[in-house]
Amino acid sequence: MSVRNQPARFESDTDEALELNFDIQGHPVRRPWWKVWSKRNNRVPWVSIFVVLFVLVLPALLADVITTHDPLRGVLADRLTPPFWMEGGTTTYPLGTDKQGRDILTRLIYGARISLTVSTITILIGAVVGSTLGLLAGYFGGWVDRFVSWLIDTFLSLPHVLLALVIVAAIGPSFVTIVAIIAVTIWASFARQVRGETLSVRETEYVARAHVAGTTSWRILLRHVLPNVANTLIVLATLQVGVVILEESSLSFIGAGIPRPNPSWGVMVADGRDQILISWWISFFPGLCILLVVLSLNLLGDWLRDFLDPKMRQRGRS
Amino acid sequence: MAEPLMVVESLSKHYPVSEGQYGGRTVGYVKAVDGVSFTIEKGRTLALVGESGCGKTTTARLVLRLRTPTGGTVKLEERDVHQLSGADLKWFRTSVQAVFQDPWASLSPRMRVRDIVAEPLVANHRVSKDEVRERVGVTLEKVGMQRWQGDLYPHEFSGGQRQRVALASALITEPRLLVLDEPVSALDVSVQAQVMNLLKDLQAELGTAFLLISHDLATVRYVADHVAVMYMGSIVESGSVDQIFETPRHPYTRGLFDAALPTHPRNRTEKLEIKGEMPSPLNPPTGCRFRTRCPQVMSICETVPETIEVAQGHRVACHLFTPEWS
Amino acid sequence: MSLDQPMGTVNDVPRTAPVLEVQDLRTYLYTRWGTTKAVDGVSFSLGSGETLGIVGESGSGKSMLALSLVRLTPEPAGKIVGGRVMLNGRNVLDLTDRQMREVRGKEISMILQDPQQSLNPVFSVGDQLAEAIRVHDRDLDDKLIHERSVDALKSVHVPAPERRLKNFPHQMSGGMKQRIVGAMAMAYQPQVLVADEPTTALDVTIQAQYLRLLKDLQERTGVAIIVITHDFGVIAETCDRVAVMYAGRFVEEGPVEQIFDHPRHPYTRALLESRPKVDLKSTRLQSIDGQPPSLIDLPIGCRFAARCAYAIERCLAEYPPWFEITEAHAAACWRSEEVPWPSP
Ligand SMILES: Nc1ncnc2c1ncn2[C@@H]1O[C@H](COP(=O)(O)OP(=O)(O)OP(=O)(O)O)[C@@H](O)[C@H]1O
Ligand SMILES: Nc1ncnc2c1ncn2[C@@H]1O[C@H](COP(=O)(O)OP(=O)(O)OP(=O)(O)O)[C@@H](O)[C@H]1O
Ligand SMILES: [Mg+2]
Ligand SMILES: [Mg+2]
Repeated sequence: MSVRNQPARFESDTDEALELNFDIQGHPVRRPWWKVWSKRNNRVPWVSIFVVLFVLVLPALLADVITTHDPLRGVLADRLTPPFWMEGGTTTYPLGTDKQGRDILTRLIYGARISLTVSTITILIGAVVGSTLGLLAGYFGGWVDRFVSWLIDTFLSLPHVLLALVIVAAIGPSFVTIVAIIAVTIWASFARQVRGETLSVRETEYVARAHVAGTTSWRILLRHVLPNVANTLIVLATLQVGVVILEESSLSFIGAGIPRPNPSWGVMVADGRDQILISWWISFFPGLCILLVVLSLNLLGDWLRDFLDPKMRQRGRS
Repeated sequence: MAEPLMVVESLSKHYPVSEGQYGGRTVGYVKAVDGVSFTIEKGRTLALVGESGCGKTTTARLVLRLRTPTGGTVKLEERDVHQLSGADLKWFRTSVQAVFQDPWASLSPRMRVRDIVAEPLVANHRVSKDEVRERVGVTLEKVGMQRWQGDLYPHEFSGGQRQRVALASALITEPRLLVLDEPVSALDVSVQAQVMNLLKDLQAELGTAFLLISHDLATVRYVADHVAVMYMGSIVESGSVDQIFETPRHPYTRGLFDAALPTHPRNRTEKLEIKGEMPSPLNPPTGCRFRTRCPQVMSICETVPETIEVAQGHRVACHLFTPEWS
Repeated sequence: MSLDQPMGTVNDVPRTAPVLEVQDLRTYLYTRWGTTKAVDGVSFSLGSGETLGIVGESGSGKSMLALSLVRLTPEPAGKIVGGRVMLNGRNVLDLTDRQMREVRGKEISMILQDPQQSLNPVFSVGDQLAEAIRVHDRDLDDKLIHERSVDALKSVHVPAPERRLKNFPHQMSGGMKQRIVGAMAMAYQPQVLVADEPTTALDVTIQAQYLRLLKDLQERTGVAIIVITHDFGVIAETCDRVAVMYAGRFVEEGPVEQIFDHPRHPYTRALLESRPKVDLKSTRLQSIDGQPPSLIDLPIGCRFAARCAYAIERCLAEYPPWFEITEAHAAACWRSEEVPWPSP
């Protein structure tokens, strides 16, 4: 092919060789998504999806249906009951109870609701604010870009935990405070990523074509740029869920997060800290939940990244 | 001589080269385009030729009002393109359209061909859905495609077909000027011929003027009426196709012809006149920019040559042709 | 004639003893969408000091053919499923990977289209050249390696070679990088050099210089060169013989003058006529309608038949054998004798 600077296709890795179809001109053709999906399903991280669904999403949505215990008030008489398979355990409290006799499983389930709520809200805020700023900075450049880039760098270099402690010390812990703190810390990652993508999309020939056609800048942002950075956004959002959950848990753990007695996973780990050698289940199960969910979300995000990889898109050869 | 459609006068674009973060300090300028003048006549083709990095694309972008010039003017029918606003801007956007080099990068991957083709129309006019559909259909047929193909996405087409889609989109508002930035160089030889024939047919049928940008002399000879040869941001020679191809004057133009590959093994290149490579645009030679590679370099070449008209419409910027020396 | 029989070389009596003889080479790519027959029965031979040009449209399998010769087909999709590649009387396809590494660079080398792809951006040119030299001479000391590197750069006319060795790829122009790649390929004076679109990424003036350089290297070392291109200009400039490739096979092969003056395959003719020419103003270009067949789903007859203006029933039903026109010139077309040239 007479294209200059065409990448050598034969250096492609296995993935590309197997996944891509080439059209008559030898250029990669993207298959319809359902075909790609069905050809790739052997590598879909089912375990991760399963974990996220059954440890995080379903419990959060169906908490009131799944469990009848009260997550906030326990039965003092049943305090420190071990999980059911241990001596003294009972199936009423499958994963045991804490110092105040509250059912661990129930608190985990309601904790999932908190994690999901916090991450959904913060990521929505972060993604909307971050990608708007990123789009504007990347697209318009000039002083807008300089200002936003400076903001991004500043926010990324702030010590989050310290910042959180200061704010909480000043106005006290609450749900709103923690959402605000986390949103403030994650918008910058969205902004940085989206800005970078926008910078490269802005230089593409199809954006130049749209300008020549007389399309307004806003319309170009919405119809040409946004759809082409959407993949990045989806991947980043998935990866950020894990980050937010971890951050929320850490803040809650040090007491700067969700106020007690709300059953955040981080709060639960903190609560069982002094009992860790005797009543290990109090900290262990929430810790396990955090570990599994964060790990799964990372795997899922990585997979999504590959799945939606720009290589799969028609990108020309730049 | 036909009427002029677009007149470009001493057009320049200097890109600042900066150091450091957040903009930082400007350490120099790349004179991507430096004092370029040319005229495009109604319904005719002007070709801009030159090596990679000589400023062809930048010129095209200035003409298309995608960049603001550092100096000089671009006038379409006597109106300064870079001063337009409001309704005049809409007029400009419907009058001048473009086709870019890379058919794999110039169509939005997430839009249907139908919407891509309709874009210049809906962006500038209030038109009903039915009318858009009809115009898209007609235009697709004009470039030799079928109406139903409008429902497909760009990736479902071959390179040649994609370039047809780009062409259809550019033609839907019946522009007076079409800027073609290397429209065939990404295509296969056999497909190149199709697209070039199509371009010629459309010009004959619609009377659209072309600004054709190319590094391939053969393509230029086939399509163009007038040629301007660019080197490091300026035009070194311009004239009609016959003047440039039959009697090239500037040593650079002659060097380009020498370097062009032969059409038959009998005509293998004898000797190469142009040695070495183009100097860095950050640090161009003083005087005549070509003097570092010129086989006929003289001491006077350290001063900037004037542009001389050596024949009717045939201009050369070279000291060899200034009266004192020739 | 059965498709599985070797196609036979055109040049059964090459002018010089062949250094490379390819017989019925088949390279298939096993993708999920089917088997792409990228190279499907290609035979030719190449004498030392000779230049063979391979032309064809995009996707006709030129690069796969080149990669098969040096056994660098993409893993794991690509497999050489048949044929022989005799290099100095040894079948390259029978060698172990280790032996192959020895052979690559010493007996056969390759230059790729895009120098960007062949140079590692994080190492200096000197380091990369040294690496290429160490592959073959493990126990050379640094001083000798440096000398060799300088010599290699001198051989491709790189000015100020000592200084260039310290440069990184991004500090050099495309033409300069392509020269460095050439120096690496030629460092061990291989007998065969495969150049896959060596000048497509270069400018006209640089391209001419580079082709000149290849010729110059050939005159000095007697290396046999295979030039792969889609541009008949490159062929006209550099080659002694030409093979025209279409959909995985050669359809015509012969001396360069004969191919330009008396092309016998309709595809070759169409290609020659579709080029605009610098030296004469043409009124209309001939274009080839339609597209090449998918390499996954090939027709049984002539692969060009669907686009051919002269196709008859037989072309669709039976794959044409080679028809010899002269001793060195042959075309795989049922009607090669009848098709008028120049076309009316
Ligand atoms: N946005 C930019 N910022 C800084 N320099 C630029 C920019 N765009 C182009 N240049 C420089 O301006 C010069 C002219 O570039 P241009 O793209 O116009 O060349 P061209 O003739 O179109 O080359 P090609 O044949 O490779 O497309 C080059 O040296 C290039 O590096
Ligand atoms: N890594 C790969 N995996 C699967 N198929 C491939 C791969 N690389 C190339 N192909 C297919 O193999 C066939 C031959 O490709 P090849 O690269 O040899 O063509 P070519 O003649 O070199 O074309 P070009 O002129 O574009 O370089 C094409 O149909 C192409 O789609
Ligand atoms: Mg350009
Ligand atoms: Mg190739």
